[in-house]
Amino acid sequence: MTLESIISVRNLHVSYRDRKVLKGINLDIYKNRITAIMGPSGCGKSTLLRCMNRMIDLSEGARVGGKVLYRGENIYSPKIDPAQIRFRIGMVFQKPNPFPKSIFENVAFGPRINGYKGDLSALVEQSLQRAGLWDEVKDRLHENAYMLSGGQQQRLCIARALALEPEVLLLDEPCSALDPISTMHVEELIRQLKERLTIVIVTHNIQQAARVADYTAFLLQGELVEFGETSRMFTVPKDKRTEDFITGRFG
Amino acid sequence: MVDSAGKGFRREKGVEILLALAASVSVLVTIGIVVSLFSETAGFFKEVSVKEFFTGTKWTPLFSPAHYGIAPLVAGTMLVTVIAMIVAAPLGLASAIYLSEYAPDGVRRLIKPVLEILAGIPTIVYGYFALTFVTPIIRAVFPQTNVFNALSAGIVMGIMLIPMISSLSEDAMTAVPNSLREAAYALGATKLEVSYKVVIPAAVSGIVASFILAFSRAIGETMIVTLAAGSTPKLTFNPLDSIQTMTAFIVQVMLGDAPFGSIEYKSVYAVASVLFVVTLSLNLIGTWIVRRYKEVY
Repeated sequence: MTLESIISVRNLHVSYRDRKVLKGINLDIYKNRITAIMGPSGCGKSTLLRCMNRMIDLSEGARVGGKVLYRGENIYSPKIDPAQIRFRIGMVFQKPNPFPKSIFENVAFGPRINGYKGDLSALVEQSLQRAGLWDEVKDRLHENAYMLSGGQQQRLCIARALALEPEVLLLDEPCSALDPISTMHVEELIRQLKERLTIVIVTHNIQQAARVADYTAFLLQGELVEFGETSRMFTVPKDKRTEDFITGRFG
Repeated sequence: MVDSAGKGFRREKGVEILLALAASVSVLVTIGIVVSLFSETAGFFKEVSVKEFFTGTKWTPLFSPAHYGIAPLVAGTMLVTVIAMIVAAPLGLASAIYLSEYAPDGVRRLIKPVLEILAGIPTIVYGYFALTFVTPIIRAVFPQTNVFNALSAGIVMGIMLIPMISSLSEDAMTAVPNSLREAAYALGATKLEVSYKVVIPAAVSGIVASFILAFSRAIGETMIVTLAAGSTPKLTFNPLDSIQTMTAFIVQVMLGDAPFGSIEYKSVYAVASVLFVVTLSLNLIGTWIVRRYKEVY
Protein backbone atom coordinates (compact mmCIF):
# COMPACT_ATOMS: atom_id res chain seq x y z
CA MET A 1 0.00 0.00 0.00
CA THR A 2 1.49 3.32 -1.01
CA LEU A 3 1.43 6.24 1.37
CA GLU A 4 0.06 9.51 0.13
CA SER A 5 1.27 12.59 1.91
CA ILE A 6 -1.56 15.08 2.52
CA ILE A 7 0.38 17.70 4.47
CA SER A 8 4.07 18.33 3.96
CA VAL A 9 5.97 20.60 6.27
CA ARG A 10 9.06 22.01 4.61
CA ASN A 11 11.86 23.78 6.44
CA LEU A 12 9.40 25.39 8.85
CA HIS A 13 10.72 28.05 11.19
CA VAL A 14 8.62 29.82 13.80
CA SER A 15 9.76 32.46 16.23
CA TYR A 16 7.97 34.51 18.86
CA ARG A 17 9.78 37.84 18.82
CA ASP A 18 13.38 36.76 19.53
CA ARG A 19 12.63 33.24 20.68
CA LYS A 20 12.98 30.52 18.07
CA VAL A 21 10.31 27.91 18.70
CA LEU A 22 10.65 25.74 15.61
CA LYS A 23 13.95 25.38 13.81
CA GLY A 24 13.59 23.96 10.33
CA ILE A 25 11.01 21.20 10.60
CA ASN A 26 10.46 18.77 7.73
CA LEU A 27 7.62 16.34 8.17
CA ASP A 28 5.04 14.46 6.09
CA ILE A 29 1.56 13.67 7.31
CA TYR A 30 0.16 10.59 5.56
CA LYS A 31 -3.40 10.33 4.42
CA ASN A 32 -5.74 8.20 6.54
CA ARG A 33 -3.10 7.63 9.15
CA ILE A 34 -2.80 8.82 12.71
CA THR A 35 0.35 10.76 13.31
CA ALA A 36 1.38 11.67 16.84
CA ILE A 37 3.62 14.61 17.61
CA MET A 38 5.14 14.00 21.00
CA GLY A 39 7.71 15.72 23.12
CA PRO A 40 8.15 17.42 26.47
CA SER A 41 6.35 20.67 27.34
CA GLY A 42 7.68 23.64 25.45
CA CYS A 43 9.23 21.63 22.62
CA GLY A 44 7.07 23.41 20.03
CA LYS A 45 4.66 20.59 19.27
CA SER A 46 1.51 22.69 19.64
CA THR A 47 3.07 25.45 17.56
CA LEU A 48 3.82 22.93 14.82
CA LEU A 49 0.20 21.76 14.89
CA ARG A 50 -1.14 25.31 14.78
CA CYS A 51 0.98 25.94 11.69
CA MET A 52 -0.90 23.21 9.81
CA ASN A 53 -4.20 25.13 9.69
CA ARG A 54 -2.84 28.66 10.12
CA MET A 55 -4.23 28.99 13.64
CA ILE A 56 -0.72 30.29 14.30
CA ASP A 57 -1.89 33.52 12.66
CA LEU A 58 -3.86 34.25 15.82
CA SER A 59 -0.84 34.04 18.08
CA GLU A 60 0.40 37.56 18.48
CA GLY A 61 4.04 38.05 17.63
CA ALA A 62 4.54 34.70 15.87
CA ARG A 63 6.56 34.76 12.66
CA VAL A 64 6.45 31.85 10.29
CA GLY A 65 9.08 30.96 7.69
CA GLY A 66 9.19 27.98 5.32
CA LYS A 67 6.27 26.14 3.80
CA VAL A 68 3.37 23.95 4.75
CA LEU A 69 2.00 22.19 1.69
CA TYR A 70 -1.58 20.97 1.80
CA ARG A 71 -2.36 18.85 -1.24
CA GLY A 72 0.73 20.34 -2.82
CA GLU A 73 -0.20 23.96 -2.27
CA ASN A 74 1.60 26.23 0.18
CA ILE A 75 -1.00 27.38 2.70
CA TYR A 76 1.17 30.39 3.55
CA SER A 77 1.01 31.77 0.02
CA PRO A 78 -0.63 35.22 0.02
CA LYS A 79 -3.55 34.16 -2.18
CA ILE A 80 -4.76 31.60 0.36
CA ASP A 81 -7.68 32.51 2.63
CA PRO A 82 -6.87 31.08 6.08
CA ALA A 83 -10.58 30.61 6.86
CA GLN A 84 -10.82 28.23 3.88
CA ILE A 85 -7.84 26.25 5.16
CA ARG A 86 -9.40 25.91 8.61
CA PHE A 87 -12.64 24.86 6.99
CA ARG A 88 -10.82 21.91 5.36
CA ILE A 89 -8.50 21.13 8.27
CA GLY A 90 -10.38 20.87 11.57
CA MET A 91 -8.99 21.32 15.03
CA VAL A 92 -9.80 20.19 18.57
CA PHE A 93 -8.17 21.89 21.53
CA GLN A 94 -6.68 20.91 24.87
CA LYS A 95 -9.55 22.10 26.99
CA PRO A 96 -13.04 21.32 25.70
CA ASN A 97 -14.35 24.65 24.39
CA PRO A 98 -17.99 24.25 23.37
CA PHE A 99 -19.89 27.46 22.69
CA PRO A 100 -22.36 28.51 25.40
CA LYS A 101 -25.15 27.37 23.08
CA SER A 102 -27.22 24.21 22.75
CA ILE A 103 -25.66 20.91 21.76
CA PHE A 104 -27.37 21.15 18.38
CA GLU A 105 -26.20 24.71 17.75
CA ASN A 106 -22.65 23.78 18.62
CA VAL A 107 -22.51 21.13 15.93
CA ALA A 108 -24.47 23.26 13.46
CA PHE A 109 -22.19 26.28 13.91
CA GLY A 110 -19.57 25.37 11.31
CA PRO A 111 -22.01 24.29 8.58
CA ARG A 112 -24.13 27.39 9.19
CA ILE A 113 -21.32 29.91 8.80
CA ASN A 114 -20.03 28.09 5.75
CA GLY A 115 -23.41 28.24 4.06
CA TYR A 116 -24.40 24.57 4.24
CA LYS A 117 -27.48 24.01 2.08
CA GLY A 118 -28.44 20.42 2.95
CA ASP A 119 -30.42 18.91 5.79
CA LEU A 120 -28.84 20.39 8.88
CA SER A 121 -30.46 18.07 11.42
CA ALA A 122 -29.30 15.04 9.49
CA LEU A 123 -25.79 16.44 9.38
CA VAL A 124 -25.84 17.15 13.12
CA GLU A 125 -27.06 13.62 13.84
CA GLN A 126 -24.43 12.08 11.58
CA SER A 127 -21.63 14.12 13.16
CA LEU A 128 -22.73 13.22 16.68
CA GLN A 129 -22.95 9.57 15.61
CA ARG A 130 -19.42 9.67 14.28
CA ALA A 131 -18.19 11.28 17.47
CA GLY A 132 -19.88 8.47 19.44
CA LEU A 133 -22.05 10.93 21.33
CA TRP A 134 -25.44 10.55 19.65
CA ASP A 135 -26.94 7.97 22.00
CA GLU A 136 -26.03 10.03 25.04
CA VAL A 137 -27.45 13.32 23.79
CA LYS A 138 -30.18 12.53 21.25
CA ASP A 139 -32.95 13.36 23.73
CA ARG A 140 -31.48 16.65 24.85
CA LEU A 141 -30.08 18.28 21.75
CA HIS A 142 -31.43 21.65 22.80
CA GLU A 143 -29.86 21.68 26.22
CA ASN A 144 -26.86 23.87 26.83
CA ALA A 145 -23.60 22.14 25.99
CA TYR A 146 -22.25 23.11 29.39
CA MET A 147 -24.55 20.53 30.94
CA LEU A 148 -22.34 17.76 29.51
CA SER A 149 -19.41 16.19 31.33
CA GLY A 150 -15.85 17.12 30.34
CA GLY A 151 -15.37 14.00 28.23
CA GLN A 152 -18.73 14.49 26.51
CA GLN A 153 -17.87 18.12 25.84
CA GLN A 154 -14.64 17.07 24.18
CA ARG A 155 -16.49 14.58 21.97
CA LEU A 156 -18.97 17.34 21.19
CA CYS A 157 -16.04 19.49 20.05
CA ILE A 158 -14.92 16.61 17.85
CA ALA A 159 -18.45 16.30 16.43
CA ARG A 160 -18.47 20.03 15.80
CA ALA A 161 -15.26 19.72 13.80
CA LEU A 162 -16.54 16.63 11.95
CA ALA A 163 -19.68 18.45 10.85
CA LEU A 164 -17.57 20.26 8.25
CA GLU A 165 -16.36 16.89 6.94
CA PRO A 166 -12.74 17.97 7.09
CA GLU A 167 -10.00 15.96 5.40
CA VAL A 168 -7.63 16.41 8.27
CA LEU A 169 -8.33 16.69 11.99
CA LEU A 170 -5.72 18.27 14.24
CA LEU A 171 -5.97 17.34 17.90
CA ASP A 172 -4.00 19.39 20.41
CA GLU A 173 -3.58 17.23 23.52
CA PRO A 174 -7.30 16.44 23.40
CA CYS A 175 -7.22 14.28 26.52
CA SER A 176 -5.06 16.34 28.82
CA ALA A 177 -8.08 17.70 30.69
CA LEU A 178 -9.95 14.36 30.79
CA ASP A 179 -10.17 11.48 33.22
CA PRO A 180 -8.88 8.00 32.19
CA ILE A 181 -12.28 6.64 31.14
CA SER A 182 -13.08 9.67 28.97
CA THR A 183 -9.56 9.46 27.56
CA MET A 184 -10.19 5.85 26.58
CA HIS A 185 -13.42 6.86 24.81
CA VAL A 186 -11.69 9.61 22.88
CA GLU A 187 -8.78 7.38 21.87
CA GLU A 188 -11.17 4.70 20.68
CA LEU A 189 -12.99 7.36 18.67
CA ILE A 190 -9.75 8.58 17.09
CA ARG A 191 -8.94 5.06 15.92
CA GLN A 192 -12.37 4.75 14.29
CA LEU A 193 -12.11 8.12 12.61
CA LYS A 194 -8.98 7.35 10.67
CA GLU A 195 -11.00 5.41 8.11
CA ARG A 196 -12.49 8.66 6.85
CA LEU A 197 -9.84 11.22 7.62
CA THR A 198 -6.27 11.96 8.49
CA ILE A 199 -5.45 12.69 12.11
CA VAL A 200 -2.57 14.51 13.71
CA ILE A 201 -2.50 14.35 17.48
CA VAL A 202 -0.19 16.30 19.74
CA THR A 203 0.54 14.64 23.04
CA HIS A 204 3.05 14.80 25.83
CA ASN A 205 1.87 11.38 26.87
CA ILE A 206 4.19 8.69 25.51
CA GLN A 207 1.74 5.86 26.14
CA GLN A 208 -0.96 7.70 24.27
CA ALA A 209 1.25 8.03 21.21
CA ALA A 210 2.07 4.34 21.44
CA ARG A 211 -1.61 3.40 21.81
CA VAL A 212 -3.16 5.38 18.98
CA ALA A 213 -0.58 6.52 16.44
CA ASP A 214 0.56 4.82 13.23
CA TYR A 215 3.39 7.30 12.90
CA THR A 216 5.14 9.30 15.55
CA ALA A 217 7.25 12.42 15.38
CA PHE A 218 9.46 13.22 18.33
CA LEU A 219 10.15 16.89 18.86
CA LEU A 220 12.74 18.34 21.19
CA GLN A 221 13.57 22.02 21.66
CA GLY A 222 12.12 23.01 18.32
CA GLU A 223 13.83 20.28 16.32
CA LEU A 224 12.44 17.09 14.87
CA VAL A 225 14.58 14.40 16.44
CA GLU A 226 12.97 11.38 14.87
CA PHE A 227 10.00 10.44 12.75
CA GLY A 228 8.78 7.01 11.77
CA GLU A 229 6.34 4.20 12.29
CA THR A 230 5.27 4.12 15.92
CA SER A 231 5.87 0.39 16.34
CA ARG A 232 9.40 0.74 15.06
CA MET A 233 10.23 3.90 16.99
CA PHE A 234 9.07 2.44 20.27
CA THR A 235 11.04 -0.76 19.80
CA VAL A 236 14.21 0.33 18.03
CA PRO A 237 14.59 4.11 18.31
CA LYS A 238 17.33 5.42 16.06
CA ASP A 239 18.25 8.37 18.20
CA LYS A 240 19.58 8.17 21.73
CA ARG A 241 17.36 11.11 22.79
CA THR A 242 14.25 9.31 21.57
CA GLU A 243 15.21 6.27 23.56
CA ASP A 244 15.80 8.37 26.67
CA PHE A 245 12.41 10.05 26.24
CA ILE A 246 10.33 6.93 25.68
CA THR A 247 12.01 5.08 28.51
CA GLY A 248 11.10 7.98 30.77
CA ARG A 249 14.60 9.26 31.46
CA PHE A 250 13.35 12.85 31.00
CA GLY A 251 10.26 14.76 29.94
CA MET B 1 1.30 42.35 78.72
CA VAL B 2 -2.37 42.02 79.50
CA ASP B 3 -2.71 45.77 79.70
CA SER B 4 -1.17 46.43 76.25
CA ALA B 5 -3.24 43.68 74.69
CA GLY B 6 -6.29 45.39 76.18
CA LYS B 7 -5.26 48.71 74.64
CA GLY B 8 -4.77 47.10 71.25
CA PHE B 9 -8.18 45.58 71.52
CA ARG B 10 -9.79 48.90 72.41
CA ARG B 11 -8.05 50.66 69.53
CA GLU B 12 -9.20 47.92 67.17
CA LYS B 13 -12.78 48.37 68.36
CA GLY B 14 -12.54 52.15 67.99
CA VAL B 15 -11.31 51.87 64.41
CA GLU B 16 -14.10 49.49 63.59
CA ILE B 17 -16.70 51.93 64.89
CA LEU B 18 -15.18 54.83 62.93
CA LEU B 19 -15.16 52.82 59.72
CA ALA B 20 -18.74 51.69 60.27
CA LEU B 21 -19.79 55.32 60.76
CA ALA B 22 -18.09 56.31 57.52
CA ALA B 23 -19.87 53.51 55.70
CA SER B 24 -23.25 54.45 57.17
CA VAL B 25 -23.03 58.09 56.01
CA SER B 26 -24.03 57.27 52.46
CA VAL B 27 -26.78 54.92 53.60
CA LEU B 28 -28.21 57.51 55.99
CA VAL B 29 -28.04 60.26 53.39
CA THR B 30 -29.85 58.06 50.90
CA ILE B 31 -32.56 57.35 53.44
CA GLY B 32 -32.79 61.08 54.21
CA ILE B 33 -33.20 61.95 50.55
CA VAL B 34 -35.88 59.35 50.03
CA VAL B 35 -37.79 60.45 53.13
CA SER B 36 -37.74 64.18 52.24
CA LEU B 37 -38.59 63.37 48.62
CA PHE B 38 -41.60 61.27 49.51
CA SER B 39 -42.90 63.43 52.36
CA GLU B 40 -42.96 66.57 50.16
CA THR B 41 -44.50 64.49 47.41
CA ALA B 42 -47.21 63.40 49.82
CA GLY B 43 -47.86 67.09 50.52
CA PHE B 44 -48.18 67.72 46.80
CA PHE B 45 -50.75 64.97 46.42
CA LYS B 46 -52.89 66.54 49.15
CA GLU B 47 -53.53 69.40 46.74
CA VAL B 48 -53.37 67.67 43.37
CA SER B 49 -55.07 64.39 42.66
CA VAL B 50 -52.93 61.40 41.71
CA LYS B 51 -55.21 60.94 38.73
CA GLU B 52 -54.56 64.41 37.37
CA PHE B 53 -50.84 64.00 37.89
CA PHE B 54 -50.54 60.77 35.96
CA THR B 55 -53.23 61.23 33.32
CA GLY B 56 -53.32 64.97 32.68
CA THR B 57 -51.75 66.15 29.45
CA LYS B 58 -50.90 69.72 30.44
CA TRP B 59 -48.10 70.85 32.71
CA THR B 60 -48.42 74.52 33.64
CA PRO B 61 -47.70 74.84 37.37
CA LEU B 62 -46.25 78.33 36.97
CA PHE B 63 -49.21 79.87 35.15
CA SER B 64 -52.86 80.06 35.84
CA PRO B 65 -54.87 78.07 35.31
CA ALA B 66 -52.32 75.62 36.70
CA HIS B 67 -52.32 72.09 35.32
CA TYR B 68 -50.38 69.27 36.84
CA GLY B 69 -50.28 66.46 34.28
CA ILE B 70 -46.75 65.07 34.14
CA ALA B 71 -47.16 63.51 30.65
CA PRO B 72 -45.50 66.42 28.74
CA LEU B 73 -42.40 66.24 30.95
CA VAL B 74 -42.23 62.47 30.63
CA ALA B 75 -42.67 62.74 26.85
CA GLY B 76 -39.91 65.35 26.66
CA THR B 77 -37.58 63.20 28.71
CA MET B 78 -38.33 60.11 26.65
CA LEU B 79 -37.89 61.97 23.36
CA VAL B 80 -34.42 63.19 24.28
CA THR B 81 -33.47 59.85 25.83
CA VAL B 82 -34.55 57.83 22.81
CA ILE B 83 -32.63 60.13 20.47
CA ALA B 84 -29.59 59.78 22.73
CA MET B 85 -29.85 55.99 22.67
CA ILE B 86 -30.25 55.92 18.89
CA VAL B 87 -26.91 57.72 18.74
CA ALA B 88 -25.14 56.02 21.63
CA ALA B 89 -26.16 52.35 21.34
CA PRO B 90 -24.80 51.63 17.84
CA LEU B 91 -21.73 53.83 18.17
CA GLY B 92 -20.92 52.58 21.66
CA LEU B 93 -21.39 48.95 20.65
CA ALA B 94 -19.38 49.37 17.46
CA SER B 95 -16.49 50.96 19.30
CA ALA B 96 -16.62 48.21 21.92
CA ILE B 97 -16.42 45.57 19.18
CA TYR B 98 -13.57 47.42 17.54
CA LEU B 99 -11.64 47.79 20.79
CA SER B 100 -12.20 44.25 21.96
CA GLU B 101 -11.89 42.32 18.68
CA TYR B 102 -10.12 44.36 16.04
CA ALA B 103 -7.89 47.08 17.45
CA PRO B 104 -4.19 46.32 17.66
CA ASP B 105 -2.69 46.91 21.09
CA GLY B 106 -1.22 50.29 20.22
CA VAL B 107 -4.50 51.68 18.90
CA ARG B 108 -6.39 50.36 21.91
CA ARG B 109 -3.95 52.09 24.24
CA LEU B 110 -4.61 55.33 22.36
CA ILE B 111 -8.41 55.14 22.10
CA LYS B 112 -9.30 53.99 25.60
CA PRO B 113 -7.92 57.10 27.35
CA VAL B 114 -9.64 59.31 24.78
CA LEU B 115 -12.96 57.64 25.57
CA GLU B 116 -12.32 58.10 29.25
CA ILE B 117 -11.68 61.81 28.70
CA LEU B 118 -15.00 61.98 26.85
CA ALA B 119 -16.62 60.47 29.94
CA GLY B 120 -14.97 63.06 32.18
CA ILE B 121 -16.12 66.20 30.34
CA PRO B 122 -18.48 68.23 32.54
CA THR B 123 -22.03 68.04 31.22
CA ILE B 124 -22.33 71.82 31.09
CA VAL B 125 -19.68 71.75 28.36
CA TYR B 126 -21.76 69.25 26.43
CA GLY B 127 -24.73 71.55 26.87
CA TYR B 128 -22.86 74.47 25.40
CA PHE B 129 -21.60 72.30 22.59
CA ALA B 130 -25.18 71.33 21.79
CA LEU B 131 -26.46 74.89 21.84
CA THR B 132 -23.64 76.64 20.01
CA PHE B 133 -22.40 73.97 17.63
CA VAL B 134 -24.96 71.23 16.97
CA THR B 135 -28.10 73.37 16.98
CA PRO B 136 -26.85 75.77 14.25
CA ILE B 137 -26.04 72.78 12.06
CA ILE B 138 -29.50 71.29 12.57
CA ARG B 139 -31.07 74.68 11.85
CA ALA B 140 -29.06 74.96 8.66
CA VAL B 141 -30.53 71.66 7.51
CA PHE B 142 -34.05 72.12 8.90
CA PRO B 143 -34.73 75.88 9.06
CA GLN B 144 -38.02 75.40 10.91
CA THR B 145 -36.09 74.08 13.93
CA ASN B 146 -36.52 75.85 17.22
CA VAL B 147 -33.38 77.35 18.84
CA PHE B 148 -34.05 75.03 21.74
CA ASN B 149 -34.87 71.54 20.50
CA ALA B 150 -34.87 67.93 21.60
CA LEU B 151 -32.76 66.71 18.67
CA SER B 152 -29.65 68.70 19.46
CA ALA B 153 -29.76 67.83 23.16
CA GLY B 154 -30.43 64.17 22.32
CA ILE B 155 -27.55 63.88 19.86
CA VAL B 156 -25.07 65.46 22.25
CA MET B 157 -26.33 63.38 25.15
CA GLY B 158 -25.80 60.33 22.95
CA ILE B 159 -22.19 61.38 22.38
CA MET B 160 -21.81 61.71 26.12
CA LEU B 161 -23.13 58.16 26.64
CA ILE B 162 -20.84 56.49 24.07
CA PRO B 163 -17.93 55.93 26.46
CA MET B 164 -20.21 54.43 29.08
CA ILE B 165 -21.75 51.89 26.69
CA SER B 166 -18.44 51.25 25.01
CA SER B 167 -16.45 50.57 28.14
CA LEU B 168 -19.09 48.40 29.86
CA SER B 169 -19.73 46.41 26.67
CA GLU B 170 -16.04 46.03 26.02
CA ASP B 171 -15.54 44.66 29.52
CA ALA B 172 -18.22 42.08 28.80
CA MET B 173 -16.61 41.15 25.48
CA THR B 174 -13.07 40.90 26.81
CA ALA B 175 -14.42 38.57 29.47
CA VAL B 176 -15.40 36.08 26.74
CA PRO B 177 -12.62 33.49 26.86
CA ASN B 178 -10.25 33.26 23.92
CA SER B 179 -10.87 29.53 23.67
CA LEU B 180 -14.33 30.32 22.24
CA ARG B 181 -12.84 32.62 19.60
CA GLU B 182 -10.31 29.94 18.69
CA ALA B 183 -13.07 27.36 18.42
CA ALA B 184 -14.89 29.55 15.90
CA TYR B 185 -11.78 30.43 13.91
CA ALA B 186 -10.91 26.74 13.71
CA LEU B 187 -14.28 26.16 12.04
CA GLY B 188 -13.45 28.64 9.30
CA ALA B 189 -15.13 31.69 10.80
CA THR B 190 -14.02 35.14 9.76
CA LYS B 191 -13.29 37.88 12.27
CA LEU B 192 -16.72 39.40 11.70
CA GLU B 193 -18.43 36.04 12.24
CA VAL B 194 -16.45 35.48 15.41
CA SER B 195 -17.52 38.91 16.66
CA TYR B 196 -21.21 38.73 16.03
CA LYS B 197 -21.88 34.98 16.28
CA VAL B 198 -19.70 34.11 19.24
CA VAL B 199 -18.49 37.14 21.17
CA ILE B 200 -21.65 39.28 21.14
CA PRO B 201 -24.03 36.41 22.03
CA ALA B 202 -21.72 35.37 24.86
CA ALA B 203 -21.48 38.96 26.12
CA VAL B 204 -25.11 39.90 25.53
CA SER B 205 -26.03 40.34 29.18
CA GLY B 206 -23.25 42.86 29.74
CA ILE B 207 -24.18 44.69 26.56
CA VAL B 208 -27.87 44.94 27.48
CA ALA B 209 -26.95 46.06 30.97
CA SER B 210 -24.75 48.81 29.55
CA PHE B 211 -27.70 50.00 27.44
CA ILE B 212 -30.00 50.09 30.44
CA LEU B 213 -27.53 51.93 32.62
CA ALA B 214 -26.92 54.46 29.83
CA PHE B 215 -30.67 54.87 29.40
CA SER B 216 -31.06 55.54 33.09
CA ARG B 217 -28.20 58.03 33.00
CA ALA B 218 -29.86 59.82 30.07
CA ILE B 219 -33.17 60.14 31.92
CA GLY B 220 -31.46 61.74 34.88
CA GLU B 221 -29.15 63.98 32.80
CA THR B 222 -29.86 67.65 33.52
CA MET B 223 -27.40 70.19 32.20
CA ILE B 224 -27.53 69.40 28.49
CA VAL B 225 -31.32 69.45 28.36
CA THR B 226 -31.59 72.57 30.50
CA LEU B 227 -29.32 74.43 28.13
CA ALA B 228 -30.27 73.03 24.76
CA ALA B 229 -33.72 71.42 24.84
CA GLY B 230 -35.80 74.35 26.05
CA SER B 231 -38.36 74.94 28.78
CA THR B 232 -41.68 74.40 27.05
CA PRO B 233 -43.47 71.38 28.49
CA LYS B 234 -45.16 70.04 25.40
CA LEU B 235 -46.67 66.68 24.60
CA THR B 236 -44.89 66.19 21.29
CA PHE B 237 -42.71 63.71 19.49
CA ASN B 238 -41.28 66.20 17.04
CA PRO B 239 -37.53 66.30 17.73
CA LEU B 240 -37.22 69.78 16.22
CA ASP B 241 -39.57 71.25 18.81
CA SER B 242 -38.65 72.89 22.06
CA ILE B 243 -39.61 70.64 24.98
CA GLN B 244 -38.94 70.33 28.67
CA THR B 245 -37.65 67.30 30.52
CA MET B 246 -38.38 66.38 34.11
CA THR B 247 -34.89 67.37 35.18
CA ALA B 248 -34.98 70.71 33.34
CA PHE B 249 -38.29 71.55 35.01
CA ILE B 250 -36.76 70.97 38.44
CA VAL B 251 -33.88 73.29 37.59
CA GLN B 252 -36.25 75.94 36.28
CA VAL B 253 -38.35 76.01 39.46
CA MET B 254 -35.39 75.81 41.80
CA LEU B 255 -33.67 78.72 40.07
CA GLY B 256 -36.85 80.78 40.04
CA ASP B 257 -38.48 82.06 43.17
CA ALA B 258 -41.13 79.53 43.96
CA PRO B 259 -41.95 80.25 47.63
CA PHE B 260 -41.08 77.50 50.08
CA GLY B 261 -44.07 75.28 50.77
CA SER B 262 -46.04 76.51 47.75
CA ILE B 263 -47.63 74.10 45.34
CA GLU B 264 -45.07 74.92 42.60
CA TYR B 265 -42.35 74.12 45.10
CA LYS B 266 -43.95 70.81 45.99
CA SER B 267 -44.50 69.86 42.36
CA VAL B 268 -40.73 69.67 42.00
CA TYR B 269 -40.68 66.90 44.57
CA ALA B 270 -43.42 64.98 42.82
CA VAL B 271 -41.47 65.12 39.56
CA ALA B 272 -38.26 64.20 41.35
CA SER B 273 -39.98 61.18 42.90
CA VAL B 274 -41.03 59.93 39.48
CA LEU B 275 -37.48 60.45 38.24
CA PHE B 276 -36.08 58.65 41.26
CA VAL B 277 -38.37 55.65 40.90
CA VAL B 278 -37.72 55.32 37.16
CA THR B 279 -33.92 55.53 37.35
CA LEU B 280 -33.76 53.34 40.44
CA SER B 281 -35.79 50.60 38.76
CA LEU B 282 -33.70 50.82 35.60
CA ASN B 283 -30.50 50.52 37.60
CA LEU B 284 -31.90 47.55 39.50
CA ILE B 285 -32.95 45.87 36.27
CA GLY B 286 -29.51 46.57 34.79
CA THR B 287 -27.56 45.07 37.66
CA TRP B 288 -30.03 42.18 37.90
CA ILE B 289 -29.48 41.33 34.23
CA VAL B 290 -25.73 41.42 34.66
CA ARG B 291 -25.95 39.01 37.57
CA ARG B 292 -28.72 36.79 36.28
CA TYR B 293 -27.35 36.16 32.81
CA LYS B 294 -23.69 36.12 33.68
CA GLU B 295 -22.21 33.48 31.36
CA VAL B 296 -20.30 30.80 33.16
CA TYR B 297 -17.71 29.72 30.64
